[in-house]
Amino acid sequence: MRRTIFALAVLLVLAPAAARADDLTLTIKGHHFTPAELKVKANTRVKITVVNNDATPEEFESKALRVEKVIPGKSKGVVRIGPLKPGRYSFVGEYHEDTAKGVVIAE
Amino acid sequence: MLGALIIVFREVIEAGLIIGIVLAATRGVPTRGRWVSSGVVGGLLGASVVAVFAGAISDAFQGAGQELFNASVLAIAVVMLMWHNAWMARHGREIAAEMRTIGVAVSEGAKPLTALAIVVGLAVLREGSEVVLFLYGIMASGTSGSALLVGGLLGIAAGAGFTALTYFGLLAIPTRYIFSVTSWLIALLAAGMASQAAQYLNNAGLVVALGRTVWDTSWLLSEGGIVGRMLHALIGYTERPTEMQLAVYIATLIAMFLLMRFARYRPQQRVPAAAE
Repeated sequence: MRRTIFALAVLLVLAPAAARADDLTLTIKGHHFTPAELKVKANTRVKITVVNNDATPEEFESKALRVEKVIPGKSKGVVRIGPLKPGRYSFVGEYHEDTAKGVVIAE
Repeated sequence: MLGALIIVFREVIEAGLIIGIVLAATRGVPTRGRWVSSGVVGGLLGASVVAVFAGAISDAFQGAGQELFNASVLAIAVVMLMWHNAWMARHGREIAAEMRTIGVAVSEGAKPLTALAIVVGLAVLREGSEVVLFLYGIMASGTSGSALLVGGLLGIAAGAGFTALTYFGLLAIPTRYIFSVTSWLIALLAAGMASQAAQYLNNAGLVVALGRTVWDTSWLLSEGGIVGRMLHALIGYTERPTEMQLAVYIATLIAMFLLMRFARYRPQQRVPAAAE
């Protein structure tokens, strides 16, 4: 019992460090994402700052990443994802799906 | 133009389904038109306000404002749906009986409509703000804006048509069963909303426990397609739910079921509620 409590305490101390998100940036310009391929570490939380340099709003959407977030024009938004298993996870800008496409690669 | 139509239609499907179900669930209540339309109008006004302040909302709470806002809106809607179902569990049978015998509207049914009007308002608010932002973007970009704008407006019209389809589809159900069908639909709707709210809290970085994916059925039914989206709105279909989403979904259904059971019980009658 005491050992369980100790283990829990250790976990509580270590968990925030392990869960600290990696910071990445994704830029929208002319309804395109740069970079279109975003490499992230697998099995960790990742924080992506999406910077929208267009005047028009965009919705960052990915069913695979379970994210749906509106980024107003000329502003930025934070998207938190993961932990992801290794693999490819596509995302789109829902308002300009023809051009605004990208993929998160977890490895 | 077609692109704009599809984008807007996709956004309004969820609100459209909810309004259709609410209209069916309030069948026979004389003032429902006023309640539902005030929900829609209130939602539209709210959507415009939200769209205007989208930037400020997004920046709030270290960039998690939008997620927290969506989670709160969904949570309130879930509570309202529970309230409605509890009320219907208590009074639904009388209303259905009255509708059968008199064949006219029921006057007593005014009470739960506040809850449902709020649900309609919140659904329109959530989906509407995205539509407003999208249409605003079209107008701001200028080029060939009018064709896109027409497409967007047609998308809204298609959404309204979809609402009508839902409503009349549900009306085809015999009066005797309609309230139990709508109660079940509302229970599933609420469970889906609650699981969505849980995911928003995860995205906000607030509740990240049980974040592993339980299954992946994207190969079978994509959540991005029209059918997937409809099922998502209706029963909360998620192609890759997290453990937390699944747990919240089931917990909401159980809570709803218990609440409806509890509401049905009447202490003053002292008769076992076995007469099903």
